[in-house]
Amino acid sequence: MAPGLADAGTDTEPNSHTPVDNQADMTAYIARRLFSMLPVVAIVAMFVFLLLHLAPGDPAAIIAGDNATPQNIAQIRKALGLDEPLWQQFLVWAGSLVRGDLGKSMFWNESVATLIGQRAEPTISLAATTLSVAVALAITMGVTAAAKAGTAIDRFVMGFAVLGFSVPVFVVGYILIFVFAIVLKWLPVQGYTPIAEGLAPWLRNLVLPSVALGLAYVALIARITRATMLDVLAEDYIRTGRAKGVASRPLLLKHALKNAAVPIVTVIGIGIALLIGGVVITETVFNIPGVGRLVVDAIARRDYPIIQGVIIVFSGIYVLVNLLVDLSYTLLDPRIRY
Amino acid sequence: MAAVAEAPRAEPSSLGQFRTFARRNPTIVAGASLLLFIAVIAVIAGLIAGDAQFMNPSDRLHGPSAAHWFGTDNLGRDVYARTVFGSRISLVVGVAVATVSIIFGLTIGLVAGYYRRLDAPVMRLMDGLMAIPAILLAIALVSLNKASVGIVVVAISIPEIPRVVRLVRSVVLTTREQPFIEAAIGGGSRHRKIILRHILPSTIAPLIVQATYVMASAILTEAALSFLGAGVPPEIPTWGNMIASSRLYLASAPWTIFFPGTCLALVVLAVNLMGDGLRDRLDPRLARRM
Repeated sequence: MAPGLADAGTDTEPNSHTPVDNQADMTAYIARRLFSMLPVVAIVAMFVFLLLHLAPGDPAAIIAGDNATPQNIAQIRKALGLDEPLWQQFLVWAGSLVRGDLGKSMFWNESVATLIGQRAEPTISLAATTLSVAVALAITMGVTAAAKAGTAIDRFVMGFAVLGFSVPVFVVGYILIFVFAIVLKWLPVQGYTPIAEGLAPWLRNLVLPSVALGLAYVALIARITRATMLDVLAEDYIRTGRAKGVASRPLLLKHALKNAAVPIVTVIGIGIALLIGGVVITETVFNIPGVGRLVVDAIARRDYPIIQGVIIVFSGIYVLVNLLVDLSYTLLDPRIRY
Repeated sequence: MAAVAEAPRAEPSSLGQFRTFARRNPTIVAGASLLLFIAVIAVIAGLIAGDAQFMNPSDRLHGPSAAHWFGTDNLGRDVYARTVFGSRISLVVGVAVATVSIIFGLTIGLVAGYYRRLDAPVMRLMDGLMAIPAILLAIALVSLNKASVGIVVVAISIPEIPRVVRLVRSVVLTTREQPFIEAAIGGGSRHRKIILRHILPSTIAPLIVQATYVMASAILTEAALSFLGAGVPPEIPTWGNMIASSRLYLASAPWTIFFPGTCLALVVLAVNLMGDGLRDRLDPRLARRM
């Protein structure tokens, strides 16, 4: 299991659903779940806000850096509203956050929301290609390993999974660049081509980053798929299916995989955290001008509103994806009703 | 018929015991030996490697040779010496983060799981913390403070703590329903004693396994922070900042990235193998599944 994600497999209690009669009122359920997201989002916002104010010393001086003049510091203090009382600052900040205003960059003369919007395409492209390829590959590997449990194929998949957790994204990235771009010259070294300039160039630039980013994700999902499939394959109805002569492929895919779907989808959702962290690093390795690069560049310039804004957006995406995962349970398993 | 004194039943020698243990738990032994080897190297780094900071500009980007086993980097520094010294930060941060997050996670988890009133608020707080991407949270914390090893440890520990809390809480919730806890309450034990003597022991096995995963994840996060320039001060050689400072020379001097990268992967692999092995041994329920 992935480091830090060890609770993924064991804790699949889908929050605190109260089972409602059948023909559940899905709309009410979705509304309730959306509402239950609010405290989590509020805590994230509060924490991100306090980050700046919990820092020892004068945050304005820290942001300004070592070579700042008193004027710089005063300017930053004013820009961030640091001379007002803490609760007032929080209310102002939270109020603008609710309106979708993430503040203004201290380096670029642009709002943080605009900057994130400008950088969204590469990041979404990278995440989308990685997610689709990784999930397809991981489920295939996991199902095959479970079907052939104990064989060399199974051991290969399990070995790959341990290795996938252990090699850092940037090391994989540089190995891939060295082999496929520098030695073999099959693919571009780095950079990004917008999808508007054609599907093929867009894809060529995304192959290596997606593989690097997806490795740990494939390892995580393949492992949980294998584990859940092993559980399901031990069930009586599978034996019945085999006995009455269901061919092994439909037995695996229709009868077994469908019933293994809930834990797998849960881990796909939790693993989004892995992808988000990886995006920041992958974009740096492959020089992709996305949201991850925006935040890495912001660290160097101590452009704090950008760091805050990106953290809030990414956390929001994580919470939202996991809400969708929760909602998908009803589609995947009719026994689960709300 | 002088009965030959019955040969004392061969007490299994400690070596023999170890062999049996190694045969039954190959992953624990493989992971632990690899980790031990790297730990020894970290401790005796000063004896087996030269100066990690010494720059010799005329000796830039030379390939591996007898004088420089792993070659030299863009400033003419010895990659071997830097790689050997780099092991220190990875291990120190890994062990420190595992210790800090287990101590805090255990305390918070015991309290949240045992006292029902505290459960909901504490867990909502943990949910909120878990929603923040660990790397970004660490980046923000480090960039707001003066770079130091301590800040890096704190920054990596904070996102790890909620995961430990969830684990401990789930163990506490199942344990506290056991009849022997009811008996202890009936017998008049104090809450403090019930928690420490009756509940705490059942959290130890899963926590040992969790500690290895936290350590692996901490080593990866530290390397990522160093790589992104938000880690320990740049004058300390780490595998992450070695790779970052060499990335422009990938085509001409791949060894500058290859050696620290391989070491990083090996350490994390060692810790993960140990974790998997320990889990198989300590938690048979999970072992069968994973």
